[in-house]
Amino acid sequence: MRAPRPTPEELLRRVEAEEEQARRGRLKILLGYASRVGKSFRMLDEGRRRKQRGQDVVIGSIQAKLGPDVERMVETLEIIPGLKVRIDGKDDEVLDVVSILRRNPQVCLVDELAHDNPPGGRHPKRWQDVKELLDNGITVVTAVNLQHIAEHQDAVEKITGKRALQTVPEAFIRAADEIVIVDAPPEALQQREPGSAANTRRLSELRELALLLVAEVVDDQLQQSLESRGVSTFLGSQERILVCITPRSNTKRMLDSGHRIAERFHCDFLAVYVRQKGLGEADESQVESHLKLARELGAQVNILAATDPAAAILEFARAQAVTQVFVGHSLRKRWRELLFDNPVDRLIQSAENMDLRIFPHPDPALEPQFEPHREPDFQSGPRRASS
Amino acid sequence: MTTIPRKGRLKIFLGYAPGVGKTYQMLDEGEELRRKGMDVVIGYFEPHGRKDTIAKTEGMEFIPRRNVEYRGAILEEMDLAGILRRKSQVCLVDELAHTNVPGSEQAKRWEDVQMLLDAGINVLTSLNVQHLESLNDQIWQMTGVRVRETLPDWVVDQADEIVVVDVTPRALRHRLERGVVYSHDKAEKALENFFTEQNLCALRGVAMRYVAHEIEEKLLVEEAHKSATESSAHADHEAALRKERLLICIDERPSAAAMLIRRGRRVADYLRADCIAVYVSPDAGLAHLSQDERDAVEKHLGFGRNLRIDTNVIEGRDVAVTLVQFARAHQATQILMGRSASNGGKRRRGGSTLQRVVRLAQDIEITIVAERRR
Repeated sequence: MRAPRPTPEELLRRVEAEEEQARRGRLKILLGYASRVGKSFRMLDEGRRRKQRGQDVVIGSIQAKLGPDVERMVETLEIIPGLKVRIDGKDDEVLDVVSILRRNPQVCLVDELAHDNPPGGRHPKRWQDVKELLDNGITVVTAVNLQHIAEHQDAVEKITGKRALQTVPEAFIRAADEIVIVDAPPEALQQREPGSAANTRRLSELRELALLLVAEVVDDQLQQSLESRGVSTFLGSQERILVCITPRSNTKRMLDSGHRIAERFHCDFLAVYVRQKGLGEADESQVESHLKLARELGAQVNILAATDPAAAILEFARAQAVTQVFVGHSLRKRWRELLFDNPVDRLIQSAENMDLRIFPHPDPALEPQFEPHREPDFQSGPRRASS
Repeated sequence: MTTIPRKGRLKIFLGYAPGVGKTYQMLDEGEELRRKGMDVVIGYFEPHGRKDTIAKTEGMEFIPRRNVEYRGAILEEMDLAGILRRKSQVCLVDELAHTNVPGSEQAKRWEDVQMLLDAGINVLTSLNVQHLESLNDQIWQMTGVRVRETLPDWVVDQADEIVVVDVTPRALRHRLERGVVYSHDKAEKALENFFTEQNLCALRGVAMRYVAHEIEEKLLVEEAHKSATESSAHADHEAALRKERLLICIDERPSAAAMLIRRGRRVADYLRADCIAVYVSPDAGLAHLSQDERDAVEKHLGFGRNLRIDTNVIEGRDVAVTLVQFARAHQATQILMGRSASNGGKRRRGGSTLQRVVRLAQDIEITIVAERRR
């Protein structure tokens, strides 16, 4: 599918944005799910490799407590010492932005991105210092842990019971040119510092969150790169589920199932209702409560107006790159006549590239049977000329 | 008195593409274990001419490869017997998804690794995400590459530890450009074909989600164990109530069947459901089929068994009716069918097999699996 041709203004904006991007330094973030996964080591290792390849690399900040392996690596690189400050009887170190800018290296390594600077400094937060370096064309390689990303604090607190005081906004992380996960199994962390089974469990949960965050960022980047080339299609690695709401189908079960899968597998969850004319009061209120439930369960709800519901659903599903469609079994009523014009059959015939899950009715015994004044679930569209 | 050796631990270094540094990290860990005084050998190592990686093997003990003659050429393979004889504490085995030369004792390297684990040897190994059976279709859809060497997901599920080895696609492409991963001419082709930024991004997302999912699975299993021990009778009862059973319908059309079986296995794993596959034959012994079709059905059944799916061939004139009866008799809660059953084959009064199954089994959930195209 092609995106609409960009306007001249849009093209100009893109060119300007690209030029701006080229002037800026690149931001590379090493993300860990907990302390001791080896972020500092990876960061310094990257600095060492870049230096070997001829890049001009300096260390802007590094943790005070380091293992012997890391110490050895620090010694091979130039350090721009941080500014020492003493606040409330505690020693603190601030990135010396002025000296780094004066030294103007190609690459600066900055450990502990989520660091609050003491009051009265250049910027309240270290990530703002980093932003200034980037704006001045210096590439920054930096390290941060999941618990320090502001938008993830609640989730992390739920797992660990602890809340980090110093944070970085997620938008800053997402805007990075590159993000790398520094992974190690919880068992490996525990070997360095033995812990309980509960601790292993907590670490596993944090690890999962971190992996999913990076997966999301990676999908976004893929999407952006496709769009910048004029391709507008979803190519992410996650499933997209679409539940078709009708008054009589087992919508609750479909929504529950969609919700559960979306939660567990972190996929996108959509619901669609094609407005039908001539519904009885009972059916109308059923639809309303289904729509309400869908919203409560976090589905992205869409209401369509169309004369041919099956076609409308298919068109919507294709445009939204849906991978799984949930529908209810068609009502039996007049099925002989509907044999080749039954919406579920039509979905079966035409829903290419997506799975179709057909759900049983809530209780077949209670199913309304052969009521001539009522329209069946989907049947309001035109009949096909012949079959 | 005989003692059964404790099973060895399996640790997998998982990457999203060749060149991300799996082997390097595996060797690094091997070295660390050796420093800690463990008995470590290299069972198989694929140098690919990568200098940094080769340097890492210095001072490590290698089990020499064995020569295998195949069609007049001498090829080298991992010496399984040699490793078993040496019986170290830890063995490093590169490229878990490798297919052995025909005529080897085991067809696949992961089967060799299985024997090492059974012998109580701890194994460190490397694997790229595209080799996982369950992701085969998705990866083909995203990248256009149909990966031939695959391994069943349960091999990875049993791993005690999985480590994601990550670099950014940009860094990986730079490595290729510098000739670190492959020789220069091979690297150029690779950059144009498989190693496009788009492919790498997509594979990377898949790898992260896969490992996140593996972690979640383990957490859920632990939780289930815990609650089972806390109130075992109650939990058992609940589990029995919730137990889903998936029925996969195989037909003789070759294109969609493998996709359908893979998909079924994946859904069953997600639901922790039983999984059965069935082929309905109108005649005894598949007599109505051509030799090619018969081979295809046999192949699909074999593929299903390889993924630990219980496979059956049943007889019945009317495929739809037979299928639904079988589903009811086996209390299937979900039927999985391919879309091909909706158009191909004999049309009969009352619509295609698929349409008829949908109408006959209104009380069962039915999933029609798309034949995904690119």
